[in-house]
Amino acid sequence: MRMLMTGDEALARGAYEAGVHFASAYPGTPSTEILQNMTQYKEVFSEWAPNEKVSVEAAAGASIAGMRAMASMKHVGVNVAADALFTFAYTGVNGGMVLISADEPGMHSSQNEQDNRYYAQASKIPMLEPSDSQECIDMMKVAFEISEEFDTPVMIRITTRIAHSKSIVELKDRVEVPIREYVKDIRKNLPVPAVALGLRIRVEERMTKLAKYTDETPLNYIEKGGNIGVIASGKCVNFAKEVFGDSATYLKLGFTYPLPDKLLDEFYAQMGDATIYVIEENDPWLQHWVERRGYKCVGKPTIPPFGEMTPDVLRAAIHGKTLPTLDVPTDMSVPRPPILCSGCPHRGFFYELAKRKDTVIAGDIGCYTLGYIEPYNAIDYVICMSSAFSAAHGSQIAFDKAGNGKRAVGVLGDSTFFHMGLNGLIEVLYNGSKTICVVLDNRITGMTGGQEHPGTGKDIYGEPAHEMDIEAVCRALGAKNVTVVNPNNLSQVRNALDAAYAKDEPSVIITRWPCVLKPDMDEAVYEEFGRDLFKKKYFVEDAKCIGCKACMKVGCPSVSMRECPGANKLGMLAQIDATCVGCDVCAQVCPTKAIQQK
Amino acid sequence: MTKSILLVGVGGQGTILAGKILTTGLLTAGYDVKMSEIHGMSQRGGSVSTHVRYGDKVHSAVIEKGGADVLISFEQMEAMRWLAYLAPTGRAVINSQVILPQSVLTGQRTYPQGILEEIAGKVETTVLNATQEAAKIGNPRGQNVLLVGTVVKLLGLDDIDWKAIIAQNVRPQFVEMNQKAFEVGYSLV
Repeated sequence: MRMLMTGDEALARGAYEAGVHFASAYPGTPSTEILQNMTQYKEVFSEWAPNEKVSVEAAAGASIAGMRAMASMKHVGVNVAADALFTFAYTGVNGGMVLISADEPGMHSSQNEQDNRYYAQASKIPMLEPSDSQECIDMMKVAFEISEEFDTPVMIRITTRIAHSKSIVELKDRVEVPIREYVKDIRKNLPVPAVALGLRIRVEERMTKLAKYTDETPLNYIEKGGNIGVIASGKCVNFAKEVFGDSATYLKLGFTYPLPDKLLDEFYAQMGDATIYVIEENDPWLQHWVERRGYKCVGKPTIPPFGEMTPDVLRAAIHGKTLPTLDVPTDMSVPRPPILCSGCPHRGFFYELAKRKDTVIAGDIGCYTLGYIEPYNAIDYVICMSSAFSAAHGSQIAFDKAGNGKRAVGVLGDSTFFHMGLNGLIEVLYNGSKTICVVLDNRITGMTGGQEHPGTGKDIYGEPAHEMDIEAVCRALGAKNVTVVNPNNLSQVRNALDAAYAKDEPSVIITRWPCVLKPDMDEAVYEEFGRDLFKKKYFVEDAKCIGCKACMKVGCPSVSMRECPGANKLGMLAQIDATCVGCDVCAQVCPTKAIQQK
Repeated sequence: MTKSILLVGVGGQGTILAGKILTTGLLTAGYDVKMSEIHGMSQRGGSVSTHVRYGDKVHSAVIEKGGADVLISFEQMEAMRWLAYLAPTGRAVINSQVILPQSVLTGQRTYPQGILEEIAGKVETTVLNATQEAAKIGNPRGQNVLLVGTVVKLLGLDDIDWKAIIAQNVRPQFVEMNQKAFEVGYSLV
């Protein structure tokens, strides 16, 4: 069957067709949809792991026990999983194991632009880079074959434009692969130093074999064209073809670690004294390989060192100009950055927290990062996923030592708490700083579009699962001051903050209210949060509105001001549009009770 | 010959479904089709874009600056934001709806005036109130499929059974409304 698929859908499909048995992931843009799509294939055991390290460990264990296994994550997730990866690279597999790293050149939804091709090199595992959705399917199959043939985990590296672009694919049937027999073999699977020394040698032997393979695999090839040379992999191949078309001869690389030295030599021999461009996003990784082989090429910095190498970027870099464009005035568009939704449960909390003086707020990765924007201006800094409590702890120690009286508050979400925020809380409690730890529990993984996690009571299929109670977890760790509040109730939030600020020891505040975009609203949710959840509407009673703009300080997209000369002293009236879902926060800040429920 | 359609708007306006209907239709006509979209934070009121390209052989799924044959904007200001992507010989189709960004709502910025006139002065432009037209037939959310109808007419993609494609891509209870919206969009130009 012929159809359109995104790269993420195609990777799930390819793994399914390749007979994968076990798939684990932690959500992260642009990788999330890989596992979401895997749930349609009932032959595969799919799961959300609490974090990326756990997902790779689980996939490694499944592989050792004989399954074909995979783990997928965004680029920064591989940082979390690296410990598992680097040693699993030594022991190797039983059933094939594939790790998918989804990198984000251009940082559409990420905090950095790291180049994960270095992970394949550093952990000494083979890497494949598909350039469209059909290659995602095909390479997934090859990856499992390589994994089992060479006894190694394999990395498939994609980028956002592979993950979220659709192209035509041909579907085939699943090939059932039997789960291999598990045989205890500590000389392979138990890397104490005596064993690891042997494994280390084996890794080098494997690299030698793979170096031969990469020169012979059809995944790397020369595509004859004109007398310009282009070396590229992944999406950059397509971007380059848009610019050079048939005027170039391409060295198209699909198997990119180890790289094909002999094929490169052949390419340069064929191209004579032609100009050779190395087109790649992120770091000059291919370029360094070409230069190490002693060849000249045009790469970075002519090709920009950051961002996406879309055809216009390449045209500008190589030819000095893009296609002709219209003359667009720069003062006729206002930025439209993401904002907290109408009814977002983070709003009430940030409204209150932002008012606290002498407070430094460590944020985290999730929708609540948006607590940094106007009108809250709340968050001071963010390090990485699950860093809020541990980083706030360090800051609190520093403030105490400096004696400046500042308080450190760490703010993270429910999914992030289980990701590794929990470890940060252990740090705070064990090492005894008076850090205020806040879990914004919106009952779902919000930023990535609503995935279940260990606190929601459902698994990846939406089926009932063991539910972990964040309050109980915190108390079990020994936290004494734990308060659960409704973030839409500002006095509750205020009181909880007052109590935490008054203490000279750690406090935990858990705000509990569902994300307005939570996709799985069910009976239990309405039971707990009310039948009218997100169904209420508010309006402004014009006669009572004094135009003071107090309601604008909650930063809700449903609330705005309109000029209305004579309506009041300021000639302004607040208004609430139809997108209101009735969180009540603006009504609580109105000094004249002009905002009422409909 | 590759054609490029850039659909832009604000998160929640339905650009993704519009792109899906266009691409599945083009696929049935035997074209090579590619589509690229940026989402992730888009549900939170951000600017969104869906790139659709089709032809005998399409390389890049991403439309480059100056490369779009048609720019369909679901909102006025988004048309201006993405205008550099439209070829000077191309055509802008703009839904005249205005969605105020947060900075305008809070009074820090003002929504630019004269956008439609500015664009119409530079490039062939079709302005329609898709939101209002869709509301007339029962649901303003039908604006996205209405705009698909408009672009189908402009690009002469009449050999495709769009009604069947719509039926495949929307929930049963919305099929009729969306098919009607498509017809309205088709007849507006």
